[in-house]
Amino acid sequence: MTTQQESPVSAVISIQVENESGALARVIGLFSGRGYNIESLTVAAVDESRHQSRINIVTTATPHVLGQIRAQVERLVPVYRVAVMTGREPHVAREMALVKVIASGERRADALRIAQAFRAHPVDASATSFVFELTGASDKLDAFIDLMRPLGLAEVSRTGIAAIARGAAIL
Amino acid sequence: MNTASHQTDLKPHAAGADTSVLSGAEVLLRVLAEQGVEVIFGYPGGAVLPIYDAIFRQDAIRHVLVRHEQAAVHAAEAYARSTGKVGVVLVTSGPGATNTVTGLLDAMLDSIPVVCFSGQVGVPLIGTDAFQEADTTGITRPATKYNYLIRRAEDVAPCVHEAFHIARSGRPGPVLVDLPKNLMVGPAPYSDAPRAPHPSYRPQTEPGRDVIARAVAAMKGARRPLFYTGGGIINAGPEASAALRKLVEKTGFPCTSTLMGLGSMPAGDRRFLGMLGMHGTYEANMATHGCDVLIALGSRFDDRVTGRLDAFSPGSFKIHADIDPSQINKIVQVDVGIVGDARRVIEMMLEEWECTPANTRQPIDMAQWWHQINEWRKTDSLGFVQDRAPGAIIRPQYAIRRLHELAIATGRDTYVSTEVGQHQMWAAQHFGFDKPNRWLTSGGLGTMGYGLPAAVGAQIAHPDALVIDIAGEASTLMNIQELSTIAQYRLPVKVFILNNQYMGMVRQWQELLHESRYSESYSAALPDFVKLAESFHGKGLRATCMGELDGVIAEMLAHPGPVVADICVAQDENCYPMIPSGAAHNQMLLGPGQDDEISAEGRMLV
Ligand SMILES: Cc1ncc(C[n+]2csc(CCOP(=O)(O)OP(=O)(O)O)c2C)c(N)n1
Ligand SMILES: [Mg+2]
Repeated sequence: MTTQQESPVSAVISIQVENESGALARVIGLFSGRGYNIESLTVAAVDESRHQSRINIVTTATPHVLGQIRAQVERLVPVYRVAVMTGREPHVAREMALVKVIASGERRADALRIAQAFRAHPVDASATSFVFELTGASDKLDAFIDLMRPLGLAEVSRTGIAAIARGAAIL
Repeated sequence: MNTASHQTDLKPHAAGADTSVLSGAEVLLRVLAEQGVEVIFGYPGGAVLPIYDAIFRQDAIRHVLVRHEQAAVHAAEAYARSTGKVGVVLVTSGPGATNTVTGLLDAMLDSIPVVCFSGQVGVPLIGTDAFQEADTTGITRPATKYNYLIRRAEDVAPCVHEAFHIARSGRPGPVLVDLPKNLMVGPAPYSDAPRAPHPSYRPQTEPGRDVIARAVAAMKGARRPLFYTGGGIINAGPEASAALRKLVEKTGFPCTSTLMGLGSMPAGDRRFLGMLGMHGTYEANMATHGCDVLIALGSRFDDRVTGRLDAFSPGSFKIHADIDPSQINKIVQVDVGIVGDARRVIEMMLEEWECTPANTRQPIDMAQWWHQINEWRKTDSLGFVQDRAPGAIIRPQYAIRRLHELAIATGRDTYVSTEVGQHQMWAAQHFGFDKPNRWLTSGGLGTMGYGLPAAVGAQIAHPDALVIDIAGEASTLMNIQELSTIAQYRLPVKVFILNNQYMGMVRQWQELLHESRYSESYSAALPDFVKLAESFHGKGLRATCMGELDGVIAEMLAHPGPVVADICVAQDENCYPMIPSGAAHNQMLLGPGQDDEISAEGRMLV
C-alpha cells in the first residue's frame, strides 16, 4: 500500500435502504461501533412506493477504510446499495442552511448585500432579524456563515449533504 | 400443512374459545413446526406466558428448560453447530432478553444460526418503562445479524419465517424476534414462508468462475502452497469437509486450520499440520510464514491467527474465499478474493484443478516443501513432559490425550465442548478431531461458561452420543447452574474439569507479561466438585495423581448418567507453543524461559 493511498480523503457514502424501523440505527450504529466518523448525516424517504430511503453520510477515511465501510454497510440486511463518492467519482453534493442574523442599521444592510451575492434568500424578516436560506456546496455555506459572523450571526441550522452521481450512472 | 389439519395438533382452548382462529402464539408455534424446529431452549416469564401456554397444548416441539437465558443461547448454538440446523431460543422480556446478549454475540462472532424469541410488553405499553420492558432490539442490534420488533399481528408469520431464512443463509448468525405480549394473545393470521424474503437481503453463495480460475492458476504454479481453513467450512456442511479432503488429496497441498475449523480435516491426516495461530503448531505457523501461495477457505485472518500483521505470511500470493464479502481485504490485502459458500468454492476449485494442465515443475518443488515441513514437525511443538510414576502430578495435556484415547476406545460418536482458557487450547491441540461438527467451542468471543450449556445442547441433539465438556474450574462456575438442566433431562454429559486452581490463561499471561504478579487469578474458595455433582444428582469423581487418572476416565465414560470429573492437574503448566502478542509466526515461544522476547508493543495487545 502506498502512502498516497493511506491518506484520508473526504467522501459521501450514499446508502439506499429499505424504509423500515431500525434501518437508520443499524447504519449509524455500525459507524460508531466500528469507529468510523460521521461528519454529516441526511436521511429521507426517496421512493415511497418501493419503501426505500436514502441515507447520505459524509466521512473522512483512507481508501482502505472507505472500502471496509462500503462492505460492512452493504452486508446489513436492510441495505440495497451503497455508493462511495470521493473527489475521484464525479458527483454533486449539496446542502441547505437556514441562517439567522440579528442586526440593525449598517450591519443589517451589509448582511442583505452579502446574501444577495451568495443567492441566499431571506425567508423570514423582522425589524431586527433575518433568516436566510442558502443552498450549495458545503464550503459555500461555510463562507457565507463566516461572513455573517461579524454582522450578527445568531443561529445556524444545516441539513447536511445530499449527494448524487453525475451523468447517467445510478445507485 | 393446512389450517384444519394443524388445528388437530393443538389441544382445545379453554371451553368456549373459538378454535378456528389462531392466536399469535399458536401462529408462532405453527411457523416453527413448518421450519422444522424440534427443540426450543428457553426460560419462561410474564411476557411469554401465552407462548408457554401454546407450548403446553402441543407436542410437536419439545421445550428444554435451561437455568439461565445465556445458557439457552449457548445450548442452541451447540445444537445448531452439531446438527447443521437452526438453534431456537425463547426468553421473557427485560432481564430474560438482556441475559441472552452474551450468547447472541457469541453466535454472531462464530457465525452460528440461532433464532431467539424474546417476549416484550404489549404494543401499547412500549416506551412507557413498563414492568420488565427493555429496548431489546436496541440492545441486541450490534449483537445480531438482524432483529425485529413485531408490531402487528399480520407480521408474526412472515417475519418469523424470514428470521429463519436470514439466520441460516449467507453467513449464518443470530436473529432476534421481539414479540409483544398482546400480539401473542390476540388473533393472528397464518401465512406460509414468503416466496420473496426480505427485499434487500441477497447473500451471494455461488462463486464466480473467473476468480476460481485465477485462484487455481496460482495454485498450479505454487511451490510452497498451504490451505488455511476455518469455521466457514464447518458451516457449509459436512459435504464441504468431504470436498476439502478431496481437494487436499488431489493437490497434495498441506493444510492447517483455525480453532473453529477443527474436524474439517482428520487430525491424523499426514497432510494436516494442526491448528495455526497463537497456540498453533510450529509446523503450521512456520508453513504459514514460509508459504508462497496461501489459500484461505472460510477463515477470516483473526488476530489470534495472524499475530503481528505486517509480518504475516510475508511475500505469499493470497487467495481468500469467504461467504461474507466484507471479510475480504478487511485485515489482509489479498490477491484473489472469492465470495461464495465454502462448499461451492472447494467443489469448483476441484473441477478447475482437474481440467487445467499440471505444472510440470511442481512435483519436485512440492517434495522440497514437504521435506521442509517434516523438518519443522520434528520440533514436536506439542510435546510435554509427563512423569509416569503413580504418585506423579497429572499434566493437563496428558489428561486430554488419555481422555481422547479412551473415548475412541468406546467406539462412540463423540462431541466435545470446551470452556475458555488453557484447557480449551490444550483440547484443540491434543484431542484429535476426525469429523466436522464434533468440536464446540467459543472462538470469536471467547466466552467462559460456554461449554456446559453447549454440552446440554449437543446431548439434546444427539442423545446417544458421548458428550464431553472439557472445562476449567473457573469457567465451569460461570454456568454451573446447568447441572440442574442436565439432571432434569437425565443428560449423560461428562464434565471433565482440568482443575489447575487458577484462571490458568490469565495466570500464564501474568507470568509472561507482568512478572508473575498473579493479580486476582487464583481460583480461591472452590467448591468440592464431587459433592457439587452429587448435589445435582450426578456422579462426582476425582483424580489427584497419575495413578488415578485412567481409572477415573474409564469410570466416567462407563457411567450411563452425568458425571463431573475433577482432574487435579499441575498448577504451573503453560500452554505452548505460543506466539506472544505482537510477534510474528516465526517468533514462537516453544517452551518456558523464552518470555524475555515479548515487546512493549505486544504488552498493549489483548
Ligand atoms: C466471561 C469471560 N470473562 C473473562 C474472560 C477472561 N478469561 C479468559 S481465560 C480465563 C481463565 C479461565 O480459567 P479456567 O476456566 O480455570 O481455565 P484455565 O485457563 O485454567 O484452563 C479468563 C478469566 C473470558 N474469556 N470470559
Ligand atoms: Mg483453571
